[in-house]
Amino acid sequence: MAGSPNGRPRRVRAVTDGNFGFADHAASIGEQKTYIEAISDGLATEMDNDPNVLVLGEDVGGSFGGAFNVTKGLADRFGDRRVLNMPMTELAFIGAANGMALMGLRPVIEVQFADFISTGFDSIVQFAATTHYRWGGSVPWVIRAPSDGGIRSGPFHSQNPEAWFVHTPGLKVVAPSTPADAKGLLISAIRDNNPVIYFESKPLYRSLKGPVPRGEHTVPLGVAAVVRQGGDATVISYGAMVHQALTAAETLAADGIDIEVVDLRSLKPLDEETVLGSVTKTGRALVVHAANRLAGIGAEIAAAIAEDAFESLDAPVMRIGGLDTPVPFSPPLEDAYRPDHLKILTALRQLVSY
Amino acid sequence: MLDPSGATLSDAQRREVHYWMRLTRTLDDQIISLWKQGRGLGGTFSQRGHEAISVGAGFALDPDDVVAPMHRDMGCYLVRGMTPARLLASQLGRATGVNGGRDANLHGCGDLNLNIIGFVSHLPQSMPVALGSAMAFQYREEPRVAMTFVGDGSSNTGLFHETLNLAAVHNAPLVVIVENNQYAYSTPLHQQMAIEDISARGAAQGVPSQIIDGNDVEAVYEAARGAVERARSGGGPSLIEAKTMRMHGHAIHDGAEYVPDELLATWRKLDPLERFEKTLRRSGVCDDRALEAVTARCRAEVAAGVRFAEESDWPDPRTVAQGVYAP
Repeated sequence: MAGSPNGRPRRVRAVTDGNFGFADHAASIGEQKTYIEAISDGLATEMDNDPNVLVLGEDVGGSFGGAFNVTKGLADRFGDRRVLNMPMTELAFIGAANGMALMGLRPVIEVQFADFISTGFDSIVQFAATTHYRWGGSVPWVIRAPSDGGIRSGPFHSQNPEAWFVHTPGLKVVAPSTPADAKGLLISAIRDNNPVIYFESKPLYRSLKGPVPRGEHTVPLGVAAVVRQGGDATVISYGAMVHQALTAAETLAADGIDIEVVDLRSLKPLDEETVLGSVTKTGRALVVHAANRLAGIGAEIAAAIAEDAFESLDAPVMRIGGLDTPVPFSPPLEDAYRPDHLKILTALRQLVSY
Repeated sequence: MLDPSGATLSDAQRREVHYWMRLTRTLDDQIISLWKQGRGLGGTFSQRGHEAISVGAGFALDPDDVVAPMHRDMGCYLVRGMTPARLLASQLGRATGVNGGRDANLHGCGDLNLNIIGFVSHLPQSMPVALGSAMAFQYREEPRVAMTFVGDGSSNTGLFHETLNLAAVHNAPLVVIVENNQYAYSTPLHQQMAIEDISARGAAQGVPSQIIDGNDVEAVYEAARGAVERARSGGGPSLIEAKTMRMHGHAIHDGAEYVPDELLATWRKLDPLERFEKTLRRSGVCDDRALEAVTARCRAEVAAGVRFAEESDWPDPRTVAQGVYAP
């Protein structure tokens, strides 16, 4: 780790990769899969690879295979002993996963919606997150949390609670935006020896298709990707908002404005090196996430840019996020709440003309 | 209800159990005295009155079994092989403590080499963790058992019920010891629950449960050994409610003036260590000289532990950020 001027550790690893599911030639590396198929593929691949991997959660077992069918077919293929239906007891079954993980298993827990993760909070932030620091016990589990809105699901099936967990020492947090990353980050998360919260994007589940490498495919935790090159401004985002940013960037390209888009992929550890590298190059930064803007990940990124790239800035850092309200249900209200490519476009025009 | 197991201690085991109880008492008295002299650090929790439960139940486990004790179970840590020196160094926040100064008093005294899981303050968080350990043994078809300890206070939480329910559904090899010491901090039982016996909560979730005298170490051992053997042979989870009394305050700072004197006087006559020593004398397992020799041995071990802990280095502040993540 290289030091940064303010003493915060900074990751030295940076990857620039132009095709994470966004360019056609990438199709040659695997088969086309939807985002949700890629998650199932990642799960099955790692269950095949490691008998210590098992799946537990509400409705994940049997022929049903979960509220979104991510685990469909796994019980048939790997047996009921490895795909465990849980009663409605998140606090207990995440706590049980803590024990399984301490004993050498690698449970993958599905919380049916990310919104419900709060019911298991103590087992995550008090036990799992602190155990290695306190007495050296390793808790290698993954919680799959179907998150995000824009699909008219109301206050309790639309949330993006990632900031709670990024704020918790001892956890890792990832949020893939492409099918390839959905598979690669899931496998890496399962192999990691720490508790990892994996936020999967419901709006991308079946709307996004892309090439997914067959078999073993890992994407390292803590490494962002530059998914669009440009010199005029940087958009830093993750999850479904990466695609909204890319749409806005295409619109601006017609006006001769080149936007660079950084997909964080991991929220903790955060790849500050890639973010700062891009902002140093473009001099302008917009952070976008669907989660509430107030005290969200964007605030931390804006602070990091202000601390470590201030002299490269040609404009104040901008942020777009959800409003400081519960996620509303009705389309006009949710659209007013939620960032989209048009709001990003407006912000970018402001940013580049500053 | 659980049937009586009939498991009994041999005379040699009774002498060993007595040693662990005496060591627990001696160490506890020493810790309290250190704190009263201002040589302690932060808070600490007295063990007095709980020695029969923590030692008797811990003694019922085999070495490969896993235990997740709490803050009244110092006897269990000792039985499992954690030395007074390590425990004292932990309580004093030294680098040589169980967790190198990262967690306070008995919290975070986990050591998987001894098959001990460290607990967090959010009781009964250890309960589902012990259950998950038991489910891992089931999954790998290992003949191992997980045991955990909770109090009357934490039996009121949803997690207590959730865990018992999940354990019953999976028929997991789990033994839950409920230390009913009649007070959750200052709140007496009748303000915590409208039932007489916490064991009813086990029965409600389909977990066979029994009530025992928590100040009778042989009764604790018999019940715990029975539950462990039952779990190991595929009989599933069970719950043992050990009735006892917390003889000191919640923590060292707490004078517990809210506990009626008569209640304490009644339970003082039932002191688990004195009772067991009486039994040992009466049955001819130990004479006074033998008992005194054990006391002297425990005092020497604890005194050596205090020297070790007080002479140990403090943790290096440069290591503060290390170990948050497993490599």
